[in-house]
Amino acid sequence: MPDGAAPVLDVRGLKTVFRTRGGEIHAVNSVSFHLKRGEVLGVVGESGSGKSVTMMSLIGLLPSPPAEVREGSVLLGDSDLLKISPEDLRQIRGARVGFVFQDPMTSLNPVFTVGMQIMEPLREHMGMDKRQAEARAAELLELVGIPDARKRLKSYPHQFSGGMRQRVMIAIALACNPDVLIADEPTTALDVTIQAQILELVKELRQKLGMAIIWITHDLGVIANIADRVMVMYGGQVAEHAPVKDLFAHPRHPYTRALLKTIPAITGHRDARLQVIEGQPPILSAAPTACPFRARCAHAMEVCSRENPQRHAVDDAPLGHGHDVACHWAPEGADA
Amino acid sequence: MRDLQSEPLVQVEDLKMHFPIYSGVLRRHTGDVKAVDGVSFTIQPGETLGLVGESGCGKSTVGRALLRLYEPTAGRVVIEGEDIATLDAEALRLKRPTMQMVFQDPQASLNPRMTLSAIIAEPMVEHSRMTADERQARVFELMDAVGLNRRFANRYPHEFSGGQRQRIGIARALALNPKFIVCDEPIAALDVSIQAQVVNLLEDLQDKLGLTYLFISHDLSMVRHIADRVAVMYLGRIAELSPRDALYDQPLHPYAEALLSAVNEPDPNRARRTRIILKGDVPSPANPPAGCSFCTRCPKVMDICHRDRPELAEVQPGRLVACHLYTAAGSTGASEVNEPPIQQGATQ
Repeated sequence: MPDGAAPVLDVRGLKTVFRTRGGEIHAVNSVSFHLKRGEVLGVVGESGSGKSVTMMSLIGLLPSPPAEVREGSVLLGDSDLLKISPEDLRQIRGARVGFVFQDPMTSLNPVFTVGMQIMEPLREHMGMDKRQAEARAAELLELVGIPDARKRLKSYPHQFSGGMRQRVMIAIALACNPDVLIADEPTTALDVTIQAQILELVKELRQKLGMAIIWITHDLGVIANIADRVMVMYGGQVAEHAPVKDLFAHPRHPYTRALLKTIPAITGHRDARLQVIEGQPPILSAAPTACPFRARCAHAMEVCSRENPQRHAVDDAPLGHGHDVACHWAPEGADA
Repeated sequence: MRDLQSEPLVQVEDLKMHFPIYSGVLRRHTGDVKAVDGVSFTIQPGETLGLVGESGCGKSTVGRALLRLYEPTAGRVVIEGEDIATLDAEALRLKRPTMQMVFQDPQASLNPRMTLSAIIAEPMVEHSRMTADERQARVFELMDAVGLNRRFANRYPHEFSGGQRQRIGIARALALNPKFIVCDEPIAALDVSIQAQVVNLLEDLQDKLGLTYLFISHDLSMVRHIADRVAVMYLGRIAELSPRDALYDQPLHPYAEALLSAVNEPDPNRARRTRIILKGDVPSPANPPAGCSFCTRCPKVMDICHRDRPELAEVQPGRLVACHLYTAAGSTGASEVNEPPIQQGATQ
């Protein structure tokens, strides 16, 4: 949202490879993006598109081996997260970068009270004593809308419902006022009415706390609701990147276009038949030398199997700031 | 194709499915989880009835009790004139070929040690007198019908993607030429681009074979696409049962309204409209609130809602709603159901 300011997070040319017995899997290929203060970047893609692996690579959450971050830089402020020591990285995780995972059932420890789990980062990173941490934990629970917060600190995760647990996860992620919050499918496991509650909560918290958010999802409806900018990933690469309204109004990449058409509408015109994207997502067993979408693409050309398309801007903004697309076919100009 | 005057294929009356709770040292029966608590509906031949609701509302339990994968606590399930709920074991076995199920998780519902062709042929081994050759021919026919390459017949489930596995599950369900198929969240585990493939397949098969579906899902936009009529469940009961277009244009039950308004539309201009955000969580079905089960979260709640449980009643032609806003007891203008009924709730 705020223009001109230096990005809080700047990722360039990130490349992550998994080494397996069956050979290498090139899960993330030259992914670049940045994030400004107070901004929500939506990351969309199917399973296996590399969206989660990208974000886990940023903050060293992937087990290595088999994962290996081969290239790129991740600048958080002045420090390159890929170069600093594991101990320094540990100080950043939880303190300056918060993480909310998809499944609130498995990401909380069942044998500790939620109070202890919220207090852990506070005592670890902020050096609070027990009393301060407890007061702050109660504040946080209240902030995420859990009634009777002080009492609920003593409850165990199983005593909360799914939506409440996700609120607890958000409270933990927010504990140390992070600059960046990475939310990996935080509402996917939740029901629609609960999902709506969490989305409203996150929007409100962003206003209040001004942090930058990366929101990973496969649900374009959620993206339309919450994101300022959107990055569409396919086959470990960025297929298209645009401000949210541009993306939905003028999608350029054939994958984005097809994806938007496969979802049936909840209002308005109802198609007799759903559009489909034929075929399966690619298996990324080699470094890409061709467009990963070519086998399923309606506009595939000869050049698509020879050359992996690079991202190029389709509007006047510099690459990565406006609308850009990685496609040989994608039409240019304002009215696509 | 759909004849609404004809005899319904499936007729469910006051279906109840209670799971007992045993607690204490003596494991005494101390209560029941009322997963399904008095559900009635009919499905016409060739029709698709959508069944939507949030997790825990009992929609999957309805599907399973319907096919008697559970023993229903009470109620009647009449399929083609026979009450499934009371058939004895042998009669039920003979009835099974007419009604089949497609499960949510194609990973868990396929035996990992059986080949694709063995999986699809299994119902025929059990229920028909076909020879091995006839079965194999039928397996190939089914694989063609669901779009699986015949070369895959001897492969195992783990060699397939999620979408392909769901096709195997569909082929197995079709093996005995059923009339009625319960689809229990058949696309929930699939990627968006694969969901459309499976839904199109289900629709093609319906057109070709005249199938009748109960389509259970939490995906409201997909249900709008596939269903003819839609039942919205909340806490073990049906809140509203309406024809598709009527429901999506103007939901009558406050829960149906909130549920539809909570859906995120893939359009940034529409997605940021004001929505109805329900407070709190779904109450436990072991201890549902007195009166209307939605009274703890309803934005239009009235006094009567805490006392009396509203019954499902026809408030407009073809539209059944269980809500006091539309009954004489709840409002003075019961005939004026088209009026936005919120005023009555607000003046209390």
